[in-house]
Amino acid sequence: MSKVKRLTIVFTLLIAFLSIKIDTFAQVDSAVVSVDSVVAESAHATSGEHGSEANHGKEKFEPTKVIMEHIADSHMWHLWGHTSLPLPVILYTPGGLEVFSSGNFHHGEHDYNGKYNNYRLEEDHVKVVGADGKVDEELSKSVLDFSITKNVAAMFVAILVILVVFTSVARSYKKRVGKAPKGLQSLIEPIIVFVRDDIAKPNIGHKYAKFMPYLLTVFFFIWFNNLLGLIPIFPGGANVTGNIALTFVMALGTLIIVNINGNKYYWKHILTPDVPWWLYPIMIPVELIGIISKPFALMIRLFANITAGHIIVLSLISLIFIFETAWISPVSVAFVVFMDILELLVAFLQAFIFTLLTALFIGMAVEEHH
Amino acid sequence: MVGSIAAIGAGLAVIGAGIGIGQVGGKAMEGIARQPEAASKIQTAMIIAAALIEGAALFGVVVALLGNNPQ
Repeated sequence: MSKVKRLTIVFTLLIAFLSIKIDTFAQVDSAVVSVDSVVAESAHATSGEHGSEANHGKEKFEPTKVIMEHIADSHMWHLWGHTSLPLPVILYTPGGLEVFSSGNFHHGEHDYNGKYNNYRLEEDHVKVVGADGKVDEELSKSVLDFSITKNVAAMFVAILVILVVFTSVARSYKKRVGKAPKGLQSLIEPIIVFVRDDIAKPNIGHKYAKFMPYLLTVFFFIWFNNLLGLIPIFPGGANVTGNIALTFVMALGTLIIVNINGNKYYWKHILTPDVPWWLYPIMIPVELIGIISKPFALMIRLFANITAGHIIVLSLISLIFIFETAWISPVSVAFVVFMDILELLVAFLQAFIFTLLTALFIGMAVEEHH
Repeated sequence: MVGSIAAIGAGLAVIGAGIGIGQVGGKAMEGIARQPEAASKIQTAMIIAAALIEGAALFGVVVALLGNNPQ
């Protein structure tokens, strides 16, 4: 099948997936909801604090609020202006599974009457509303939120990109056995060889082949998610790797792989380190904490770097709105372009560092005795 | 008084990063000046060290974000 045809099919499937309608909700019949209540809502939030100033009916720009909105996860994917893509809300209540579109909340204005409970969107959390119209905290805690939020949908996009790139490269390798690499192959092959020769082999030694799939997955997943987060328009622009839950899971993966593959010398060094016996009460707790703290540092490093980068770019763009003049835009845009170039470097560097440290920890775990 | 003390904390953390990465960069420059053939190896090592130092500084920034108490 030709590459163009394949790509067309893949992207049609992607668009189809993102417009999925779930049954309980036949009222709204378009995939994209235009809502003017956004304007009313932000006027609500700001008018309370700036009551002393005369508002002239125009809401004051709140940089912190706007920036945090862009960094955080959300149940709707805001595309441009007032258009948002409503994403499915999937709740596991004690009664059963509840699935509906987040468009029903109309940006937090309405409550939704579900099959088992009534729900309200409060600060991007779905809460259960009791019969009296007030939020029921007890019940809300027992409801598990498995929604496809913006970050989950963006992760699917990244997975799609990775699958398309790598299946196409694998196919060209099968077709062009013995011939020189061409096209996408010649871009991906040096990177994979780089991960193998500069990250895996020097740190893990001769047993590196077993861990290559994990290292390559970690590297490309983080790199592609970082890059997609820098693209301002849909389907990019979601702060995936800046979500601490995601980096937590990746660090957990490293923790599990390192400790499952630890040989007896690894555990010997942790539980009976090479120090005089009277230092054991200090060394052993330190070593045990070290098992957790190394992946913890991985998690925080990736999360903080990416989030900080996004906050800087958003702040520089907000300069235009704070000064309320278009004349500052050349300066602002120049800064933003410079920061974005730096962010490209950071995207690659953070993926590289995560993979390098993972390989280092694995190497320490599988090291043979000298 | 405007702003929050969390912002001051974040600024202090970044001073640490600045000093650390500045040291690493400076020593790397000296190394490259002494032996230009080893430039690419020194550069790679410098970038890795800079990323790790920056990780430590960003711990401070994360704590500042967490401890921020807007009025």
